[in-house]
Amino acid sequence: MNAIPAELLHIVIGLVAVAASVGLIGLVMVWVERKVAGHIQRRPGPFEVGPSGVLQPLCDALKLVGKQLFMPLGADPILFWLAPVLAFLPVLLLFLPLPVGDGLQALDVNLGLLLILAFSGLAVLSVLLAGWASNNKYGLLGAARGVAQSVAYEIPLLLSVLSVSFVAGSLNLATVVEGQGTWPWNWNIMTQPLAFLIYFVSAFGETNRAPFDLPEAESELTAGFHTEYSGMGFGLFFLAEYANMVVVCAVATALFLGGWHGPVLPGPVWFVLKVSSLMLLMVFARWTFPRVRFDQLLNINWKWLLPLAVANLLLTAFFVKLAQFA
Amino acid sequence: MTVVKVMMKEALQTVSDLWSLMVGLNVTKRYFLEPQITVRYPWKEVHNLATFKGHLELVSSKTPGKGKCISCGMCAMACPSNCLTVVKRKAPKPTPEEEQALAEAKAKGEKPKDKTPKDPEKFLYDYTLCSLCGTCMENCPVGALDFTGSAYLAGYTREDFHFDLVQVLKNQAGLEGVDETAAPGAGQSEG
Repeated sequence: MNAIPAELLHIVIGLVAVAASVGLIGLVMVWVERKVAGHIQRRPGPFEVGPSGVLQPLCDALKLVGKQLFMPLGADPILFWLAPVLAFLPVLLLFLPLPVGDGLQALDVNLGLLLILAFSGLAVLSVLLAGWASNNKYGLLGAARGVAQSVAYEIPLLLSVLSVSFVAGSLNLATVVEGQGTWPWNWNIMTQPLAFLIYFVSAFGETNRAPFDLPEAESELTAGFHTEYSGMGFGLFFLAEYANMVVVCAVATALFLGGWHGPVLPGPVWFVLKVSSLMLLMVFARWTFPRVRFDQLLNINWKWLLPLAVANLLLTAFFVKLAQFA
Repeated sequence: MTVVKVMMKEALQTVSDLWSLMVGLNVTKRYFLEPQITVRYPWKEVHNLATFKGHLELVSSKTPGKGKCISCGMCAMACPSNCLTVVKRKAPKPTPEEEQALAEAKAKGEKPKDKTPKDPEKFLYDYTLCSLCGTCMENCPVGALDFTGSAYLAGYTREDFHFDLVQVLKNQAGLEGVDETAAPGAGQSEG
């Protein structure tokens, strides 16, 4: 038994659990998204396969797996196939430091927040590679948009996260959660409402979700950076998008909404409840707001989110320092 | 001072813009909770089927199996999709007595009376082309055409939608020469 270090076993079990749950979340989210879209437009959404159409995403996934993988003429084969893998693999890593419950964490590291932020930055690279390697004008345009957008929105995201970790005095997500209380007025969102708003808006930009879905903008760029991907190549991008949504919402829950804290119900249930309600909000936002123009997108970021995030961070730092003297 | 004013105005505008996002979310939430208006067709049918248009049919006259149609061809002429073909009846071969009467009438200088029956021999209707515009009905001098209510008509081949409306009328009346292949599905699928 001594041959396998306990830490390694811990991580492997965590990774397997994460991989399984990412697949499940992908399936559930596809169904939820289509159902919500349908009901908002006053139609039923999928309802033919299984009760209320719950098996529809499973059939879609099987179809995607069974499809032939095409590569356009003149594409760069290595980069072309690297991109979807690169989009999906870091996402699995992002789940490791998330505190789902009290002590329920795949990887307990001091710099969990930093790990998430650093590896979510790799998503930009996959968008760039996909768009560049597919030898397609729409792909390239989508990639250019994606890079400009993700790089811009990462800054206010980081700054708003930083102001929370200033207050908590830690980059460990579990410590941040422990610093918050059971009831909503004990959560960080009460002390950092502006940071939460900035984080959530930037999260839309980071995950390329509507109304900030300019890299894929189906009405302008067919499918943007993943135009040329068929079958599971597209499937991986798709799965990565939903997994990224989950990570972003989970981090928001841990940082601002008290993580697994909550009355009566056990911790993990609260965590899942909070994450799912944020996800539902993101889905609702997609079917409510029209896509912004690219200059508007960057204006929101550089003229509003960034100055506000900096001001919020400075104010937070000031009060944290003040509290130390008091 | 003006700079402060402008900044204040900008900030207030932003707040009201943010509020408009909330209003938008509320609209979609309301629609989300409202009942759906889609009718799940194979399992359910619309309740106001009577207001739906189906394919054309010949209006029956008092004698069952006979239409009001006088084979004038106005409908075929007016049809923008060219989906109607009216085949007129040929004049019946006169019997020897009739021929004699005809010759006598000619000798007297009278105009011979056309004994050809006016009802069409065939009334070919290609439903695959028809756009249900109703121009044929408007142009019919005797009101011989009408829409059926069979909005849910379905078939396996294109030929299923090529009707001979005269035959359809006969089938409906249950008369002689019932030819099932002439118009499968016609007169069904109501209700």
